[in-house]
Parts: sequence; structure tokens; C-alpha cells
Amino acid sequence: MRKQVSSLVIRRLLIALITLVIVSFAVFFATALLPGDTATILLGQSATPEAIEGLRNAMHLNDPAILRFLRWIGGLFRGDFGTSYANNVPIADLIRGRFANTMKLAGLTAAVSVPLALTLGITAAIWRGTLYDRFVTVATIGIISVPEFMIATLAVLLFAVYLRWLPALSLTNEIKSFHDLLRVYAMPVVTLTFGVSAQMIRMTRAAVVETLNTPYVEMALLKGASRSRLVLKHALPNALGPIVNSVALSLSYLLGGVIIVETIFNYPGIAKLMVDAVSTRDLPLIQTCAMIFCVGYLFLITAADIIAVLSNPRLR
Amino acid sequence: MTRNLVEIRNLKVEATTDSGRQIEIIKDVSLDIAEGEIVALIGESGSGKTTIAMTLLGYARQGCRITGGEVRVDGIDMVSLSESERSHLRGTTVAYVPQSAAAAFNPAITIMDQVIEVARIHGLMTAGEARAKAISLFRGLSLPEPETIGSRYPHQVSGGQLQRLAAAMALIGQPKIIIFDEPTTALDVTTQVEVLRAFKAVTTQHQIAGVYVSHDLAVVAQIADGIVVLRNGEIQEAGSTSKILEDARHPYTRELLAAFRPKAQERPPESEEATKQALLLVNELTVGYGSRAGSGEPLVSAVKSMSLRLDRGRNLGIIGESGCGKSTLARAIAGILPTHAGDIMFNGLELGRAGRSRTRDELRQIQIVFQHADTALNPAKSVEDILGRPLTFYHGMKGKARDARIGELLDLVRLPKSIRHRRPGELSGGQKQRVNFARALAAEPTLILCDEITSALDTVVAAAVIQLLKDLQRELGLSYIFISHDLSVVQAICDEIIVMHRGQKVEEIAPARLKAPEHPYSRLLFSSVPKLDPAWLDTLHQDAEQVRTYCHN
Repeated sequence: MRKQVSSLVIRRLLIALITLVIVSFAVFFATALLPGDTATILLGQSATPEAIEGLRNAMHLNDPAILRFLRWIGGLFRGDFGTSYANNVPIADLIRGRFANTMKLAGLTAAVSVPLALTLGITAAIWRGTLYDRFVTVATIGIISVPEFMIATLAVLLFAVYLRWLPALSLTNEIKSFHDLLRVYAMPVVTLTFGVSAQMIRMTRAAVVETLNTPYVEMALLKGASRSRLVLKHALPNALGPIVNSVALSLSYLLGGVIIVETIFNYPGIAKLMVDAVSTRDLPLIQTCAMIFCVGYLFLITAADIIAVLSNPRLR
Repeated sequence: MTRNLVEIRNLKVEATTDSGRQIEIIKDVSLDIAEGEIVALIGESGSGKTTIAMTLLGYARQGCRITGGEVRVDGIDMVSLSESERSHLRGTTVAYVPQSAAAAFNPAITIMDQVIEVARIHGLMTAGEARAKAISLFRGLSLPEPETIGSRYPHQVSGGQLQRLAAAMALIGQPKIIIFDEPTTALDVTTQVEVLRAFKAVTTQHQIAGVYVSHDLAVVAQIADGIVVLRNGEIQEAGSTSKILEDARHPYTRELLAAFRPKAQERPPESEEATKQALLLVNELTVGYGSRAGSGEPLVSAVKSMSLRLDRGRNLGIIGESGCGKSTLARAIAGILPTHAGDIMFNGLELGRAGRSRTRDELRQIQIVFQHADTALNPAKSVEDILGRPLTFYHGMKGKARDARIGELLDLVRLPKSIRHRRPGELSGGQKQRVNFARALAAEPTLILCDEITSALDTVVAAAVIQLLKDLQRELGLSYIFISHDLSVVQAICDEIIVMHRGQKVEEIAPARLKAPEHPYSRLLFSSVPKLDPAWLDTLHQDAEQVRTYCHN
């Protein structure tokens, strides 16, 4: 029995690793397909062909793609992400602060949105069909349909421009107290929470409603179990798989998909860094950012799958 | 006369249909159950038998509402209690044994935790005491390894065991009355015998009253003191078991009894003996699931070296318990599942191993009808589309010709033409199975494989479907392979019966020639079919050694 679980988990981890290799391959060659020549861009329109050729040689741009790929992968494994083409700074230095910022924003948003979404989803499922359930359902659909930039812009208009309660820009280096932290993060966190919670609420509600309709929950009810016992002991453990998966999907969005929010609030996160890198043809930086997103995504999805396996006695 | 344990007075239950209409599904029902008495509620599906039984728990399924009357259990009216007051009585005064224990056990919790949950919820005893009591109940229900079976998860024990564990779960709170909701319907006959015995023993021993919901008169005859016959939410007839069985007054009850008694074969004598011609010859067929690397052998062989012969215009029955490989055999003959070894000859020609390698005409000649019309028919398509597709596929019919043929097919299966625009969801169970059958007929096959086509139907409806099959055989000269675990059905229609056990043919029997089963497994199987005689279960003697050898309950 135990052996089966560990083999399942190991297989899942292996799949994640293989996926990562395939993704790195795709990331490298997709960025290589970007139009424009790096050397030309770096030296400007007026550069002589000799100068461009010299730079290409110096940057190993004339080597075969597969060689450059292997060199890059090898570097990644040693923790050497390469050097930025645009400003000749090690990418690790560029990313370090940005990554911490992104994680901070994602962490805060997760800390707010996950408990909120699970509570709303589960309670809506318990009182399904009631006014409360309808309100939650309509509200989540309403929020899903409003694009993030709209919420963010409205929030800025209301809280920063009219009410002047919060700063319009999230300047993280101005944080000196907990109060500052709240002020700086309030709007981006709320905007992102709106975006990611809706999906989690809907998935949680659907999963719990489905298990509440099963014969074993009816059986528990006929054994005299209370409502909270029905939900917490009988329904939730069986709904865990889909719930954890929807949480993982929502959180992975926080790692890489928050470009709009970062832009509107001028928040120095990793998504913004990547977009800037695209406009400067900074290939190593783009590749590294893409890899970070993929690793984060894979980590979350794999973790969700493993939790789902462990929570199911039929697989355990 | 002492006070009755249960007194139901003028009970009314309403249901809200999908379209929001209110319909009364229980109309003014009154009945009494004395202490220690077991009363059976019988009737076809939709007759309201489970709904009435559930009201003893003060419970109505989603969409239903108790709208009137009283349900007094031990002097307390369950209808007027609040939800939390009811939950105090559930499991302690009234307990429930579900139809499918496999679905009613939570897959994520160990059996022991679920069995003693009643004691935990109501604070009846300490966890240790509850465990000890559960183990003694397991022993009383003759479950294997009573000490350790509780630590397993529901998927790790068999269906028959789960059903008995569900009984233990009901007994632990020492209820005054237990509701058995078709607790043996999902079980094989040999397992059913064991489970019925266990139920009967515990209810007698603990002096517990019971409501036994079933559509099987023979099962009910073994366990119930009284029978209440229901139809359309109304009591048709009520009385003691022997009175109902011997002296049924109501026409519906008689119909039920008649449907139960297998009609003798009314086939013409075998005059065509000389022209006997093999339609289907199966030789040393092996079919399985999964593939083992290298050798190409299946990981699990569901059918092992099976041979059979079916003559034109004749019927072959295949019986055996769930998991014996009978459905797999049908799927292999139909070409749905590729065979591993052996060959299938049809009309003298060898058929391809899988459906893909057969010609369209070969596919047309063999049609399969599945057990669950609910899942076999596409719920999004109208009856017209369902029947029209094979007409276009096999015969290239279009437009008017196709419309006319659909009408003929509906006529053949005795369905009104008005249903052609309806979807499967708007039809009754019997109607759906007829559409399912008409779909097979649309191909104009020579051989129809019927995979348990009556087991999801009520006795009376099933009898009508069997009659239809016989009529069609006369009209169209079909042959059937009839797969079932229900002996009476197979005996009613088949010229020859093959008994299967663990993927192998155990015995061939010809009921017409009154050849009695000889193999011990066949005998065990035949003797396990309940009879209408109420003394049947008590007088049934089965060799315990054989039961252990052949049953995996």
C-alpha cells in the first residue's frame, strides 16, 4: 500500500521534471524566434557590419542553437542565469529583488483570497439555493466578468484620486511600518483577490455541492450527523482534490499573470520585468523569467496532484 | 391491543418537478407496524415505497416535501419535529440500511469510523465500547475477520460484505426500527442468500422492527411478516405475507405475482431439427483487459477459452455472477473489445478480432443492447435521431424513407409514434429500454446480444419486455444471446443456458429437455434463486464449503 503511494508520487515528480525540460526547450527556441537581431539592437542602426559581427562572436550568437541551449541550461543548473544583454548586469541581480516583490504580493494575496474563497464557496454550497448562495454566485460571476484593469483603475480613481486614502502607486521602498505596508499593498491585493477568488469560489462550491449530493452524505445525515459534521467530515475530504487543484491554478496565475496589476500600480514585480525585457530584446532575461513562471506553475500543480493522491484512500 | 411502534396516518408527500409543478407522490397513506414486526413495502419504481420508508426518519429527498399527515415512531410525530430534534432520533430510534452500501459508505473514511459514527454523534458510548460492540456485530453478521475488517476502507471489501457492514452501522445505535431500502437488489443471488440470512438473524435476535422496501416478492416473502403493495403513491393491498402470496385480491398484486412466476416455454417443437445451422460459433475464445508487455497476453483474462454454439433462430442464455466475464464475452462477440485468442465464426465466416477489422455488414448483423438504457442512449438526442442514425449508417436511408422506417420500428417495439420527438429523459425506464432495443433492430441484425436488459426494470415491466422479445423473434426470425444473472428471465426465453464462473464455462443446460444442472456451482446458483415460498430461506441448505469455494462475498 505505502509503496504504491510513493511510486505514484515519484512518478508524478518525474513527469514534472520531464515537463520542465520540454518547457525549457520550448522557451529557449521560442525566444530565439523573436524578430530582430540582438547585436543590431544593442549597437543601434548606425553600427558598422564589422562591429556587429564582432559583437555577435563575443556573445556566441553565431554558435549553433543547440550549443547555446545546452550552455544556457548548464548555467541554470549552476545557478548562473547569464548576463542581461541590455545593461550587462547579471540576471540573478536583476531578478532577485523583483522576485521577492512578486512573492510578497502573491503571498499576501493568497493569504487573503484562499481562506476567503474557501469560506464563501463552502458556505454557499451548504446553503445552496438560498438567497445567500444566489448572492455569492451572482457576485462571483459579476466579478469574473469585470476585467482586472477595470477594477484596478476604478480602485485608483476612488481611493487614491477622490478619497485620497491610499497611494496610487505601490512604491515598496517607502514601507517603514505595518501601516505603510497595508497602505501600499491594499489596492493591488484587493484587485488580485477579486480576480483569483471568483474561480476558486465557483470550483469549491461545485465540488462541495457534488459531494453533498452523494449517497454517503445522505447516509451520514440519516445517522443523525449535524450539518457541520456532514460538510467538514464527510463532504470536504472527498472534495479536496478539485478544490486544491483550483487553488493551485489560481495561485500560479499570481506568479506570472499579474502584469496588468503590476503596471497600473507601478509595482516592481517580475512580470513587469519580463515585459520590459521583451521590449529590449533581452533574451536571457526573458528566458529566465519564463522559466521562473514555469517552475512556479509546475510546483503548484504537482503539489496539488500529490495532495489529491494522498487524500484519496483508493490511491493511497 | 398494544400501541403500535409506527403509526402512519394520512401521509401526503409532494414533489416539485423540474418544471416547477407540484405533484402529490404519496396520497393519503396510513399504515401500522407493531414492535418487532417486519413490514415490506413493495411496488414498482416510482410507486413511492422508498419515499414512505424515508418519512419514518422525518426525511424527504431533495425536491420532496411532507405536506400532511403524521408519522408517529414510538409515539413521536417525526413530521412536526424540528430538523435538530429529528437528528437526535436518527440512528438511535430509527436506522437506515441503504440500497447500495457501496455508494453509502464514504470512500475517504475507514469502515470502523463510519460504523461507530452513530455512537459518536449521539454520545451513546465511549469509542472503545463502540468498537467492541461493532466487532461483536460483525461477528453476528458472519463477516470475515471481524477484528480487523473495520480498519479497511470501503473499496477494500466486497459488495455483500459492505451491505452487511451497513446493517452493523444501523444496529450499533440499538434502534427500535430499521429501514431496509432494497438492500439486496445490487447483490448476486448467492450473496443475497447470505445477506438475507444475516438480516433475518439479527432482527429476530434483537427484536427489531423493520420496513423492508423491495420490488422482489420472493425476497420479501422470506423476511417480512406483512406486505404492503403500493402503486402510484397509494396502498393497493395490505396483509400478512401468507395472505398476500396465497390470496391476493387486487389485480395489481396478482399481476406482480404472475410476472414473478416464469411462464413455461411456449415455443413450437423443434421441427426444424434437420435444418439446424450454426449462426455463431465461438471457439476457445480468450478476452482480457490491460496488456502485459512483450507476450501480448492480457493482464487480466476475463474470459478464458470459451466455446459456444448458437443455431439460427435459437436463443442462448449466459448466466453467472457479476464479474464472471459474461458481459466481456458479449462485447468481444460484438467486436467492441478485441479478442486475444480463439476465433468467432458467424454464418460460416470468420469475424475479425476487433470491430475495426470487420466489414460494415458484419457489424450490422450483430447488435448489442446494453443494460442501462439511461447511459446507452444519448440524453441530448431525440428518439428520432437515436433511431435514425443506424438507419443512415447501415442502410443509407434519408428523408421520407427514414421517417417511415422510424415509425415502423416504434410500432415493432409497441411504442406510440408520438414519442419520436421526445428525449430519453422524458421516457419511463421500460420505454427507454424499448427505444434501446429498437435502435438495435434498426440495423436489421440476425443476432442481438442482450446484456442484462431487464435487470434495471421492474418485474412487471421486465415481463412485458421479455414478451416483446419473443414476439419479435417470431416476426423477424432473430436469434438472441441473453446475458443475465436472473435465472428466471433466462429460463423464460432461452433454448440453452451456459453457466459461467470466473471467465470459464462451467456447464451447459437445456431447460427444454429438463436437464437438471449437475455442476456444483450451477446447482448452488440455481438453488439460491429465492422462491415465493416464505419457508424457502429457512429450509434452504447449502453446502457451506461450496459457498466458500464459489462465492467471493
